[in-house]
Amino acid sequence: MENMLNIKINGMPCSVPYGTTILEAARQVGIEIPTLCFLKEINEIGACRFCVVEVKGARSLVAACVFPIERDGTEIFTNSEKVRKARKTTLELILSTHERKCLSCIRSGNCELQKLCKEYGVETEDKYDGFKPVYELDFSAAHMVRDNNKCILCRRCVAACNNQSIGVIGANARGIDTHIGSPFELGLDTTSCISCGQCIVNCPVGAIYEKDDTAKVFEAINDETKHVVVQAAPAIRATLGECFGMPVGTDVTGKMFAALRRLGFDKVFDTNFGADLTIMEEATELLDRVKNGGVLPMITSCSPGWIKYCEHYYPTELDHLSTCKSPMQMQGAVIKTYYAEKNGIDPKDIVSVAIMPCTAKKFECGRDTMDASGYADVDYVLTTRELGRMINTAGINFALLPDESCDAPLGQGTGAAVIFGATGGVMEAALRTAAEVITGESLEKPEFHDVRGMEGIKEASYKLGDLDVKVAIASGTKNAKALMEKVKDGTADYTFIEIMGCPGGCINGGGQPVQDATTRNFTDLKALRASALYENDKNRPSRKSHENEDVKTIYAEFLGEPNSHKAHKLLHTSYKARPMYNK
Amino acid sequence: MLKKISTLPFKDTPEQATKLDAVIAECTGDNSQLMHVMQVAQDIYGYLPFEVQQKIADGMNVPLEKVYGVATFYAQFALSPKGEYAISVCLGTACYVKAAQEIFDELSAQLGIGADECTADGKFSLTACRCIGACGLAPVLTVNDDVYGKITAKDVKGILDKYMN
Repeated sequence: MENMLNIKINGMPCSVPYGTTILEAARQVGIEIPTLCFLKEINEIGACRFCVVEVKGARSLVAACVFPIERDGTEIFTNSEKVRKARKTTLELILSTHERKCLSCIRSGNCELQKLCKEYGVETEDKYDGFKPVYELDFSAAHMVRDNNKCILCRRCVAACNNQSIGVIGANARGIDTHIGSPFELGLDTTSCISCGQCIVNCPVGAIYEKDDTAKVFEAINDETKHVVVQAAPAIRATLGECFGMPVGTDVTGKMFAALRRLGFDKVFDTNFGADLTIMEEATELLDRVKNGGVLPMITSCSPGWIKYCEHYYPTELDHLSTCKSPMQMQGAVIKTYYAEKNGIDPKDIVSVAIMPCTAKKFECGRDTMDASGYADVDYVLTTRELGRMINTAGINFALLPDESCDAPLGQGTGAAVIFGATGGVMEAALRTAAEVITGESLEKPEFHDVRGMEGIKEASYKLGDLDVKVAIASGTKNAKALMEKVKDGTADYTFIEIMGCPGGCINGGGQPVQDATTRNFTDLKALRASALYENDKNRPSRKSHENEDVKTIYAEFLGEPNSHKAHKLLHTSYKARPMYNK
Repeated sequence: MLKKISTLPFKDTPEQATKLDAVIAECTGDNSQLMHVMQVAQDIYGYLPFEVQQKIADGMNVPLEKVYGVATFYAQFALSPKGEYAISVCLGTACYVKAAQEIFDELSAQLGIGADECTADGKFSLTACRCIGACGLAPVLTVNDDVYGKITAKDVKGILDKYMN
């Protein structure tokens, strides 16, 4: 190939395409250049100078993450004395303004700064112990805490927030006063932050983290008067293993249930049930809108980050949202009504806990109308990370756990429910049910491949019986914005749209295990995690929501039929316009 | 130094609003003009309060945080209004060694405001500056375009009295 360049890295010859960055080229020859600020396609600013390398003939060290190789014969040194010294100095300078309370830090053991200090042999934390700005922590948001005292100003959170087309945090002031904050130093709760948590999973240190509810859950478990019920979202089974060092994309469904039971929850349920219930309600709502001239396109309402986005940014388009509560809230609602009634338990004595891949769920459970029984549908939401910590605290050896199943009667879930965790999954699940309900015939193959994959926006058209259905799927609110502009100006000729707040869907949610930049830059986290869910779906005996026996039973015994008056009262909700800033 | 954010209520006249709307309309779609719009806005209002920054953000189609980030990065942008009488005390080397800090502190005590703040009635604002090139008059302060040289803390009250009514 003519645009291949022959170069040398640490004396080893190799050839790379014109324009390859040094970081990528080095990776090809098995050299991992450490990075701090760099996130592929999200934050390519070359600011932290940690990835510096020597290029023969260059005036100074260059940033490998953004330096394109454009000359044949380029000679690069990634491990010279000069490079090692520069990197070590950078670390010592970062430490000079860092609050070094590492032992009690939420990211201890999983901190990129800590890891690099170890690798580069930093001998003292206070080599340059100068002026240290002191910041108040921002506890205002329902889902997270921001601690600028731990911040290293890499701006990955800012890039992640802008990549979601939100931009409520940025770098304020200058020089030693530079800090990450919101406009006019407002608390996050008064901004149009959608609680997606993408800033958290992209933070290399302990400067941004979820509000930890594990102590409250342990307390509830220890309270003999409480009946503590837990549900785990579809996406947790594809990621929980990462908390214990398992490879990305490992399906740990059985161990997850075993661990929850050993933590002492009285009943272990699966949000898959809630997901199948959602499909019944949502597919019925969609067909009703199509038949009776309701507002189309209808848009899914499973993702609370997306819902909050729509309320802040598209308050005039709320009629497009399905009125269905999310699977978590539906499950919570039936736990404290149907399950409570069936088992003679007073809903006030039930503590309903949900394990979610999501920080926005911490906000969602406190929304209006999320109390079908008169008590909160869901009392505590724990992220995947918090569950990981509880399992560690309890001394449970996750890898050694047997595979167990969840409890009845809110445990059964179909393959359609499992794939809710990946972008396109809700759409596929809805299509499986809609197709069979409309045609009355069984689908030969339940797979709808056009709606799968990690592209930001996907479109497909299907003929279900006499009905032409055009669908669109977006994940990440930046992509949602592109679709919503079309919805707003009336050019979106879709029947049904699925939107997930996080890029890739719940498998890449803000509550998921944090992987370091190197893993994020060189592995397709989203695709690997999603493949675990699709594999799980493939191996299930039942793959369509309307075939879920537990769901059939709850309609027969309790709810009547989908969209019945009772179902509306318990399983549906409403939305409200929210201001951009509430000063 | 971190900028002081004014807590005084924002006042706007239709003429000011029209002027700001015009410059935003001229520059919408070209983000490289953000600083220009902010400069014009500061010329119109004397500072960049929340309401003005939000209008710029909405008009230019950028997040408010982007505007605020720029406003707090550059020294030329103010988040606090200038008073009818803007007092500037020189704390440059020559003035400082002649006790200009005492003058500043006296002004601050009498007006009840700190650096880069404005009194609630909008009459006086106080800033410190670094050398106005009149070291022969040290210590020196200015009230709008009036220059007061070779003064002491004792002179402060008399100077303020001139502008009280």
